[in-house]
Amino acid sequence: MEYVLDVRGLEVRFFTYFGIVHAVNGVSYQIGEGETVGVVGESGSGKSVSAMAVMGLVEQPGYVTAGTIHFQGRDLLTLPDREWHKIRGNQITMCFQNPQRALNPLMRIGKQLTRIYVTHKHARVEESRCRAVELLREVNIADAERVMNRYPHQLSGGMCQRVMTVMALMCEPRVLILDEPTTGLDVTVQKQLLHLLRVLRDRTTASQMLITHDLGVVANICDVVVVMYAGRVMEQAPVEQLFARPMHPYTQSLLRAIPRVESRIVLHAIPGEVPEAMSLPLGCPFYPRCTSRMEVCEQFAPDLATVANQQQVAVACHLYGEEPNG
Amino acid sequence: MAELLCVENMVKHFPVRGDIPFLSKRVHALDGISFSLRANGSIGLVGESGSGKTTLARCIMKLERPDSGDVLLDGRSIYRRFGAEELRRRVQMVFQDPGGSLNPRFSAEKVVKESLLHLGKATRQEVRVRVSELFRQVGMRESDVKKLPHQFSGGQQQRIAIARALAPGPDILILDEPTSALDLSLQAQIITLLDTLRGDLGLSYVLITHDLSVVRQVCDELLVMYLGRPVECGVTDRILRDPKHPYSQALIGSILHPDPQTRDDRAPLGGEIPSAIAPPPGCRFHPRCPNRLDVCLKSEPEPTLLGDGATVFCHLYGDDCAI
Amino acid sequence: MTQNVVRAPDELTKLTAESEKHKRVTRRKLGFAFLVFRSNPASLTGLVIVVFVVLAAVLGPAISAASPDRTNVRTRLETPSASHPFGTDKYGRDVLARVLSAARVDLLIAMGSIGFSMAVGTCIGAVAGFFRGPVDTILMRIMDVIKSFPQFVLGMALVASLGPGVRNLILVITIITTPVFARMVRSRVVSLREMPFVDAARCSGVPRLKIILRYLVPNSVGIIVVTAALNVSYAMLDAAGLSFLGLGVRAPQAEWGVMISTGMNDLMNGEWWTTVFPGLALFLSVLGFNLMADGLRDILDPRMRR
Repeated sequence: MEYVLDVRGLEVRFFTYFGIVHAVNGVSYQIGEGETVGVVGESGSGKSVSAMAVMGLVEQPGYVTAGTIHFQGRDLLTLPDREWHKIRGNQITMCFQNPQRALNPLMRIGKQLTRIYVTHKHARVEESRCRAVELLREVNIADAERVMNRYPHQLSGGMCQRVMTVMALMCEPRVLILDEPTTGLDVTVQKQLLHLLRVLRDRTTASQMLITHDLGVVANICDVVVVMYAGRVMEQAPVEQLFARPMHPYTQSLLRAIPRVESRIVLHAIPGEVPEAMSLPLGCPFYPRCTSRMEVCEQFAPDLATVANQQQVAVACHLYGEEPNG
Repeated sequence: MAELLCVENMVKHFPVRGDIPFLSKRVHALDGISFSLRANGSIGLVGESGSGKTTLARCIMKLERPDSGDVLLDGRSIYRRFGAEELRRRVQMVFQDPGGSLNPRFSAEKVVKESLLHLGKATRQEVRVRVSELFRQVGMRESDVKKLPHQFSGGQQQRIAIARALAPGPDILILDEPTSALDLSLQAQIITLLDTLRGDLGLSYVLITHDLSVVRQVCDELLVMYLGRPVECGVTDRILRDPKHPYSQALIGSILHPDPQTRDDRAPLGGEIPSAIAPPPGCRFHPRCPNRLDVCLKSEPEPTLLGDGATVFCHLYGDDCAI
Repeated sequence: MTQNVVRAPDELTKLTAESEKHKRVTRRKLGFAFLVFRSNPASLTGLVIVVFVVLAAVLGPAISAASPDRTNVRTRLETPSASHPFGTDKYGRDVLARVLSAARVDLLIAMGSIGFSMAVGTCIGAVAGFFRGPVDTILMRIMDVIKSFPQFVLGMALVASLGPGVRNLILVITIITTPVFARMVRSRVVSLREMPFVDAARCSGVPRLKIILRYLVPNSVGIIVVTAALNVSYAMLDAAGLSFLGLGVRAPQAEWGVMISTGMNDLMNGEWWTTVFPGLALFLSVLGFNLMADGLRDILDPRMRR
């Protein structure tokens, strides 16, 4: 199957004064056409950094040290600047955390939106404006014309989030990356946003990559889920399968550790802490906290292995793999 | 069962910064909130932004003075009959941002000691013993006591904050979004800790949150707030299972369950929370309410006591309307 | 704006080795400071200059055996030579010795006045920022009044009324620099006091004075130190400038400003060393402190974010 975005073996390291941060440690996942893939992880999992790598935004002291990112047949990591400019913001776009701060505070919304379209599609300003207004209406911003003339600080958080989404959609991207889109939003506004994303997904063929730590968001809108921990992918599966039959001990522990609204349950808290990205142990990063751990887990980090003929299903755990040699 | 803490009709408005005093617009943070907490009980204050929950917490801790209303502790007004120090020996608070609630220059040990020093009456020796005991209670290692906040993870920072709150031996803890800033795998640790402590130490909790699953886990009762006004209150189970107020229904309907089977494609609640500077007249929820009646635009609903002990503030259930 | 991609294994090992080396350095105290300075050649230069100037001032007598004040008519206005590396002035005094002695004076005045204004300004700023309301208004308006005068002109007026001398100079420069600290500290305190740890301190029963002294001021150290470093050079210029005009330090005391002014006449006759050397010394010191201040700011700010 042809994937729109195919990340293999991605490694990103930050060479800081205090040591080397292994932010992303051999991450692979695939996004198909029109799919919504949720990348779930806690702090330090590397989910945001891997998205930055896809967008080509990894900056000093960070370096992409290994891996490939194939988009439409080309490895993005080998592209020169010129080519990146044609792709970033145009075919692959991103919505950042903290929408109010991600928008230029000194520029009116209208200008921010039209510039993108004009730059990438070499369109005229009027055409751009029309498109912007149209998209703003589609995301349920009633007085779109007025919003075009406003500045970001004059809009609420929910509005800014929608404006940013419009900005990311101006050029009809193939892949839309959303970094923690629901964090910080009120619950009712969150629901509106997800509803919006669903509507957009039905209308366009764009694929969405949703980065979040919220399993509820993932369960509600994603087709495929990628679970990351300490810079690695632990498990990848279609959403129903992940929640119903999680394979990796981390996923299983996580699902047992979150409180539910339906009823008071016995919470099985995961003992220990997320490891420091600067001092990652040799073997599987989840080893210290894993209830199903084995000796081999301490020595060798398991590879991400696809599961028997099922596409987009993979797990990185010795429980499912063969023992490595030596 | 005697009520330990009784909040009566709290009203607090803030002047909008930078405005001329008498032309003032005011932020209507709280407009008549009441609830009561019994000994060893726990109540959740649930609301979105602008609901006034944090302001309420600050008023109870005497970090702010309300414009009107009262808080009774053991039947006595905290504003008239309790000094600030005396109050804070009985009621303590755990803040939302664990890192921000610790002085970056103080070691974990010092943070907890401060509390003992100023609110407790103990000798040096007793202080050391108590600090060790508190750390043990919150699950911190003895070897970590000299470390600085930035050397700890969010979960550990929150434990230090809890230890600090427990130091003066309070009966009531106000927890302001205690798990919102934490990683998922650590949230359960803190929730479990809080549960254990409540049982072991006989504490009572006022838990402020927007996360209803935490409320389900920790609280016996709950009060839903919207724009500084009460909406619905009662036993947690009842309200979560069968919410009566349209806002409660929308809120509970907006919850994203970590379960793909419960995917819900229904249209979400429209509109946004209006500004607290100019709250809508009548029932504050009326602009977004799908069940709006004429009377809702004119007058604020009175509390209606429902059969199962819950109270709802909605004209749909008022005396003049049949349910 | 391409992102950094590293493929070649040797480049990778180089980056890794470098980072490992840095990690060893930052393990030790001040290691981070050292690395920041090293990566910023300008501020490193500044630091070196400052160290050099301070050492020169402190070790003055050891460097030049000559006395800065002993006159000798026979050796007046000699060009720089082996026995008098900076030459002699019109009274036969060794210029090098005088420059070194002046270094002590100027550094004393600058650091002294910055020290005092730092203390006073921090107090005022902290109190104003913490209490807000009328206290804040009154204190900051006083600071504004001082600040509304051009710094140097105010200095001139104050010295003229108080009289010359090192002590008065320190007092005057303290007065004119205090508002700078007061403002900086006040704005930092205003933002700090919104932080939860201040609320938490209040809830723990910590008295207000202690909150200011142990919670607010210690967390403002970064901005205080940077402000101090930036203003040392201004203080030095103020001291030298006022003395140059004859207010402040007066001849025959060795002070760079005074030396420049008395040496100006010699300049007409082609005897450049009596003016140029003190001038260079002043320039170098001011430059050094300014450059160093940049590095200090880098050390103290991002570290906070960590």
